[in-house]
Amino acid sequence: MAAEGKAIDALSQFELVPVLGAVGRSVGFSQASAHMLLAVGLITGLMIWGMSRRAVVPGRLQAVAESAYEFVHDLVVGQVGDEGKRFFPFVFSLFMFVLFGNLLGMLPYAFTFTSHIAVTFALAAVVFILVTVVALAIHGTHFFSYFFPEGAPKLLAPLIIPIEIISYLSRPVSLSVRLFANMVAGHVMLKVFATFVVMIGSAAGIVGILGAALPLAVNVALVGFELLVAFLQAYVFAILTSIYLHDAVHLH
Amino acid sequence: MGDERDGFERRLREARARQGLDKPAGSSGGGLPTGPWGIGFRAGVEVVSALVVGIVIGLLLDRWLGTWPWLFLLFFVAGSAAGILNVYRLFSPRRGRRE
Repeated sequence: MAAEGKAIDALSQFELVPVLGAVGRSVGFSQASAHMLLAVGLITGLMIWGMSRRAVVPGRLQAVAESAYEFVHDLVVGQVGDEGKRFFPFVFSLFMFVLFGNLLGMLPYAFTFTSHIAVTFALAAVVFILVTVVALAIHGTHFFSYFFPEGAPKLLAPLIIPIEIISYLSRPVSLSVRLFANMVAGHVMLKVFATFVVMIGSAAGIVGILGAALPLAVNVALVGFELLVAFLQAYVFAILTSIYLHDAVHLH
Repeated sequence: MGDERDGFERRLREARARQGLDKPAGSSGGGLPTGPWGIGFRAGVEVVSALVVGIVIGLLLDRWLGTWPWLFLLFFVAGSAAGILNVYRLFSPRRGRRE
């Protein structure tokens, strides 16, 4: 964002700063790690505290916990089938972690840890390794037939197999880049329009105030849109994980 | 809570579908977002990520075998083909999904 030279600084919000003073500095405990811990704590709190009453008619927190559970459960079972129940805890943790990461980032002064490719790629790599291990465990060496579709002419094997392998290896890359790019783009846009508000607003008189209302209105709409994206990207991450798990379990 | 009292579950599901709270009928098509921006962005990411993987494999093999730039060129082409394949898979109905 070098549009206005030094005026618009949209990327410094993604910088990692050590927190917790000297202890944090020495172990590299950044605000991203702090927000990850906070997300895990909030999820655990929501599930344990929300479900502690076990009411037949759920209260607010219990309703949130139950609907999150049922949402992911339906998603996993719908995509993978009944065998998918074994993977439900994994997909649920993944979904809630990404969702809380995205939503925490919408709070003022908070940090969006899903806007770092290191975080999203680590999550995608876990998914990729799990899917490959599951496929190998269920199908053994038959798994490698995945890279050569049945009925294709044998002559084309040297062409098809590298392409299929690259396509398979590109899954974690596209999975992580999608989440990372969405979060970065959204937060950069928010920052740019917020800077416009200040820049135009600092102009003198009624023109400044009226002019600043425009980017402010855009930002209000963007915040709503970003909340949608935050949920949608967590959903996409979870559903693609389920689709990959389906491929691993059924192998076409 | 599985007991079906006078089809309550069914009527609730129908009402929720009518209000647009649930996606109709098992969210066919993978349930992924289908807006023009969503599809366009997904297709772009698929192409680029396959290309990146192809290029990285080519560069690594070249550095290992000392065959620069031939394997790089080969895997560049293979990576773009894989990108096209990814986008094709994005739009074609998935094999073996509805069994």
